[in-house]
Amino acid sequence: MDVISALLKLGAKIMIVVLLGGFLGATLVRLAPGFGVDEQELDARLNAQSIQALREAHASDDHLSSFYFGYLNRLLHGDLGTSRTLQRPVAQLVAERLPETLKSVGLGLALGWSAGFLLAAAVVMSRAWYLDLLGSLLAGILLCLPAAVLALLFVLAQAPARLLLGFVVFPKIFRYSRNLLSRSSALPHVLTARAKGLGNMRVLVWHVLPPAAPQLLALLGVTVSVAFTAAIPIEALCDIPGIGQLAWKAALGRDVALLVNLTMIVTLVTLVANSASDVMGKTFRLGAA
Amino acid sequence: MKKRLAGFILLTLVALGSNGLLAQSGGELHFCLRSEPKTLNPLLAADDASETIRYLTGGVLVRVNRLTQDVEPGIASSWKISNGGKTITFDLRDGLRFSDGTPFSADDVAFTMQQLMDPALHSPTGDAFRSSDGKVATEVLPKNRIRITFPAPIAGLDRLFDQVAIMSSKSPQKEMAVLGPYYIWENKAGAYLTLKRNPNYWEKDPAGRPLPYIDSVRLDIQQNRDIETLRLTRGEIHFINSLDAEYFDKIAAQDPSMAHDAGPSLDSEEMWFNQVASSPLPPYKKQWFASTNFRRAISEAINREDMARIVFHGHARPAVGAVSPANKFWFNAKLQAHPFDQKSALQRLSEDGFHMQDGVLHDHEGHAVEFSVITNAGNKYRERMATMIQQDLSGIGIKLNVVTLDFPSLIERITRTYDYEACLLGLVNDELDPNAQMTIWLSSAESHQWNPSQKTPATAWEAEIDKLMRAQAATLELKKRKEDFDKVQEIAWQEEPFIYLVNKNALSAVSPALHNAHPVVLRPQVYWNIDQLSLTSEVAGNR
Amino acid sequence: MKWTRKVAIAFLLFVCVACLLANFIAPASYARQFRDEPNASPSRQHLLGTDDLGRDRFSRVLYGTRVSLLLAPAAALLSSLLAAFVGGIAGFAGGWVDRCVMAATDLFLSLPWLFLLITVRALLPLNVSPIISVLITFAMLGCLGWAGAARIICADARAFAQSDFILLARASGSDGFRLLWRHLVPNLKPVLYAQFWISVPVFILTEANLGILGLGVAEPLPSWGSLLRELEGFSTLSGQRWQLVPLILFILVVSCFHLVLTKEELPV
Repeated sequence: MDVISALLKLGAKIMIVVLLGGFLGATLVRLAPGFGVDEQELDARLNAQSIQALREAHASDDHLSSFYFGYLNRLLHGDLGTSRTLQRPVAQLVAERLPETLKSVGLGLALGWSAGFLLAAAVVMSRAWYLDLLGSLLAGILLCLPAAVLALLFVLAQAPARLLLGFVVFPKIFRYSRNLLSRSSALPHVLTARAKGLGNMRVLVWHVLPPAAPQLLALLGVTVSVAFTAAIPIEALCDIPGIGQLAWKAALGRDVALLVNLTMIVTLVTLVANSASDVMGKTFRLGAA
Repeated sequence: MKKRLAGFILLTLVALGSNGLLAQSGGELHFCLRSEPKTLNPLLAADDASETIRYLTGGVLVRVNRLTQDVEPGIASSWKISNGGKTITFDLRDGLRFSDGTPFSADDVAFTMQQLMDPALHSPTGDAFRSSDGKVATEVLPKNRIRITFPAPIAGLDRLFDQVAIMSSKSPQKEMAVLGPYYIWENKAGAYLTLKRNPNYWEKDPAGRPLPYIDSVRLDIQQNRDIETLRLTRGEIHFINSLDAEYFDKIAAQDPSMAHDAGPSLDSEEMWFNQVASSPLPPYKKQWFASTNFRRAISEAINREDMARIVFHGHARPAVGAVSPANKFWFNAKLQAHPFDQKSALQRLSEDGFHMQDGVLHDHEGHAVEFSVITNAGNKYRERMATMIQQDLSGIGIKLNVVTLDFPSLIERITRTYDYEACLLGLVNDELDPNAQMTIWLSSAESHQWNPSQKTPATAWEAEIDKLMRAQAATLELKKRKEDFDKVQEIAWQEEPFIYLVNKNALSAVSPALHNAHPVVLRPQVYWNIDQLSLTSEVAGNR
Repeated sequence: MKWTRKVAIAFLLFVCVACLLANFIAPASYARQFRDEPNASPSRQHLLGTDDLGRDRFSRVLYGTRVSLLLAPAAALLSSLLAAFVGGIAGFAGGWVDRCVMAATDLFLSLPWLFLLITVRALLPLNVSPIISVLITFAMLGCLGWAGAARIICADARAFAQSDFILLARASGSDGFRLLWRHLVPNLKPVLYAQFWISVPVFILTEANLGILGLGVAEPLPSWGSLLRELEGFSTLSGQRWQLVPLILFILVVSCFHLVLTKEELPV
């Protein structure tokens, strides 16, 4: 019963925050300059009536609260609205493109975490300064390379662009993991374990990881959100038809219907990932205690 | 004797090749679209990608030959304009069918025109036909003919039908049933479209073989121009329709035969000052921008030759005025580009009371001359042009602030709030006829960028332009129209409401695997003769 | 590794001094266009060649370093302090404070802040000086970049809240701000330094990317971000190697930051 009650509370919290996120996202879009204008207004072929009609078509989105409550009402009936920039139902667009982004994010996180965490663990357990230097140099180079240059290098090497996200999250994962594991490895009980002759793997898994686990799990939650955010420029650069590319087009076109939905999706994913990491972190602490 | 025989054989081969007798059938043509088409309804196509789909799939009554710029028969075998330019009568070809087999008749043309001219549709193609208020009448005549009557004369009426893709009034597939060379086979949203050969396409080559030669066309959605260029050099795509100057040089360095420079395009880059009386600018700045001397001085202080050479790598030329020299008939050849002459610029400014003080230009009230120019962020050519203008104007003591804005913010400023000082943008021109620029030159129009939607013309020269543009639109006499429009160009050259900077060249790149491509200036530059393009036998056989 | 740290400090000092003395060292103004020599190769007159508009690249690197090296670390420091403040208080307080603050943080991470940046740019006068515009951009990046690190710091602070030394400190009479500042924050340093080190290049690149929306540095003022944007062309990767110098300098400076901070990050 406690578990069910906790899950219900969590679910309610997530729903409230997601709805709030949608509203705040809509507010930001509505207040941004360029809202309600259409590039087509500059088409010299259009006469005054057509330009006026274009402007009136956007007028329905002008009143934020009526737009948002109308949107929520339609949402209850499964209608996510229509994208003004792509002239298609938002539900259809999201259904087509979300799997692409999930693939990219999944692959990227898998690559980033495997490389970042394993390298950090190797650095900490081996205590080899050259390995630390190498890892830090690699992380530094990847942090400094613009995403557009990385994308171009991938294309030149004919490597799958989806892996690019892994290279983007790797430096953060490596850096935080290295610091957290280093701090953890300096704790007295770890020194004792080493003095007792325990092997590196055993020390890592049983003595170094557990104290750093809550923070590493928090990092995992954060990297999910970072990966989704990083997906936007990467999908736009590499022409991957995911929701990141959709978000970029929607931002440039001030497509409020699309942006509200995408903001809510990202908020939902962020909340679920971070809540899961919080729960797992608490479990670890309780287990350790 | 042997040499003569060899020469004869070569000429014959060239002739046969251009007539398609040696053209290899089959294969899949690959090229890229820079964005996803916003609509597949040909009547609403307004963006590049949608217009590409319309061109490839739409059957039109007449077609403007992009090479010769003449109007040629399409679905209509002949046509006649009468009634002072208000009526056009088409003789339609017999026995045509849409891609799904639905028979074509004059009723389909009538249906298409009714849809197009529906005031609720607000189609850019439809608006081009709206010379005045009133209904458009269509009359289906015997022997597969149709008469269309407009409420007022329309100059260049026949050419406008190049943009009207005929839709079926009966087909259950609606706008997906087409009369053009290809129909849409697959549309993977955000990724690519595949078009397949229309089995009922009416056109045949001189040897009687059905066109198009190429079986299918795949259009990948590719926004990144670096990747597009790379794909061309790797042979993954067959051409790039519109190429930027730096990529052109890159491709030309690798393989000169692939890079094509068709000369100046119809497009121009220009700058204008905000002359809207109600704009939130300080009165002294409004005074500056309203002065012809000021605008002429700015124009003379800008080095257009350097701009063409440095920003466009020599693939542009200083613009003269409203019309590009590529528009051979309508271009006023008496006009020359404003020369780069900063002394003359300072002289003009001194006539308006400007003076230099410690290297900074001041007006007669003592205000230092400083203003901003907005342009769309992300367009590196415009950003570079603005930076060059910044340096040029510093030579006459003017401080120019370059402000790049994202496009919606920029549009809001130039069409709604008028909260800007100067703007640098480009004019994309697909039409040769000056009627296409009516909404730019008429002072009451929305696209009269420097001071739109005027109730009455703010200046005498704008009133004169209004009169001349209306006069040229009301007559079919080409000579009179040319005279009137030449005068419009002269006034624009004199008053410089737009400071025309450069006309970019029409650059494209074509793979050696693609045959019979003759890149031209008019859009679409490379695939204008899509039904006559062919692929090499290896490529055609492999795909 | 002491010698590497010394070398790193010396290099950073050298770069700082060089960019502060740019007015004296630079062979030309960063804005001056040598129009007869666009895209020129390195020469005696132009040590790193010229850019697309014929501007001396060496001068632009010097002046650009001044902008980025000053502002990006300041923005990174701001975001790190905000992360420490928010995450530290949430994790330490626990209970509903922790839950509310973390929910707000998650919301913060998800919102399209791009539009706030665009709105701020729209509110600025068009004739604002480039340096003010870039100051505001970096300040905004600093104010918006704290959320991810706050989560990790919160998790860290939660763990420390129950630790023995904190209990001892409380028993000794420490509470409130003193407890946070004297006992908690020093133990959060590894995460804070990691956050700072990551933020510096991220903010520099973000400033460059914001140029696509009209934010960031205005012409002709250079920054590392605008210099790195030159690399975003196909032609760069295959041709002019000297265009990579700003990138190499950027990597070296970031690496030096790492070497300098390493001693502070690790408790041993």
